[in-house]
Amino acid sequence: MIEIGLGHYLTLGAVIFSIGIIGIFLNRKNIIVILMSIELILLAVNINLVSFSIYLGDLSGQVFTLFILTVAAAEAAIGLAIIVAYFRNSGTIRVEEIDKLKG
Amino acid sequence: MIAHAIFFYIFSVIAVISAIMVTVSKNTVHSVFFLILDFISISCLFIMIGAEFLGMIMLIVYVGAVAVLFLFVVMMLNVAQQKNQWFISKESSGHIPVGLVISVIIFFELIIVIGGWKYKPDLLNSTNLFIEKGVSNTHSLGQVLYTDYIHVFQISGMILLIAMIGAIVLTFRQREGVKKQSYLKQISRERAEGVEVLEVASNRGVKIDD
Repeated sequence: MIEIGLGHYLTLGAVIFSIGIIGIFLNRKNIIVILMSIELILLAVNINLVSFSIYLGDLSGQVFTLFILTVAAAEAAIGLAIIVAYFRNSGTIRVEEIDKLKG
Repeated sequence: MIAHAIFFYIFSVIAVISAIMVTVSKNTVHSVFFLILDFISISCLFIMIGAEFLGMIMLIVYVGAVAVLFLFVVMMLNVAQQKNQWFISKESSGHIPVGLVISVIIFFELIIVIGGWKYKPDLLNSTNLFIEKGVSNTHSLGQVLYTDYIHVFQISGMILLIAMIGAIVLTFRQREGVKKQSYLKQISRERAEGVEVLEVASNRGVKIDD
């Protein structure tokens, strides 16, 4: 318990990853919260990569964390732009009412 | 060592609680604030573990840019009053146990994977890029990033450029009734459409239409 090792950080990553997945499933009102849950999942992946990189003494994990950060920022910007465009066209971003592809 | 453990538990408990609050919170603005708290505590963990550069970048990029972007969109779309009541809506609550079961299964799979390397320790051998002693984290990342990973770095720059163009194109709106200067129209104006030469009859004058 006192000795903090790689397993502690990986467990923290697993917990945050699962919370992100719960957020995607449970949320039925607001699509912005789903985007935030995706950010949580990417954060959990970053925790895993950084802790492996530190405990194995290998720098490439941190390099790839940097690239994941880039992709996450781009993804948030594009996702929010899509939400804004959708809200302008249909007037709602509730998950229950977005069913245009349902037929 | 004990201080490391104490700070790890403090920051990870804050991170887990704020992650739960992100998904459960009724108000979307509160969710964004808890997301910011989550990012801050995880970046504190990164700085504590020895990845200072990534911790600082995480503070700058996530808290400074992404979270503020979320706040702006929440403000623009005016969804703050639209409450996030997933546990009240009766007609679509059948997905809640499915989501719980799936996430619990994923969590236990991850735990099994984490426990797996205790029985096969040679999975953890990695001889790619050693972290040098005596060189700061930022220095060693910079040495690698612009030499070995230069192509990936440039591709990530392209991704950011494409994301910027895409966001502008998606949210750009041509408004009606706004007077604008059109350079093309001004340049391509000809004499024939601007000037008209009239034969003026004596004592009659011309009628200039308004």
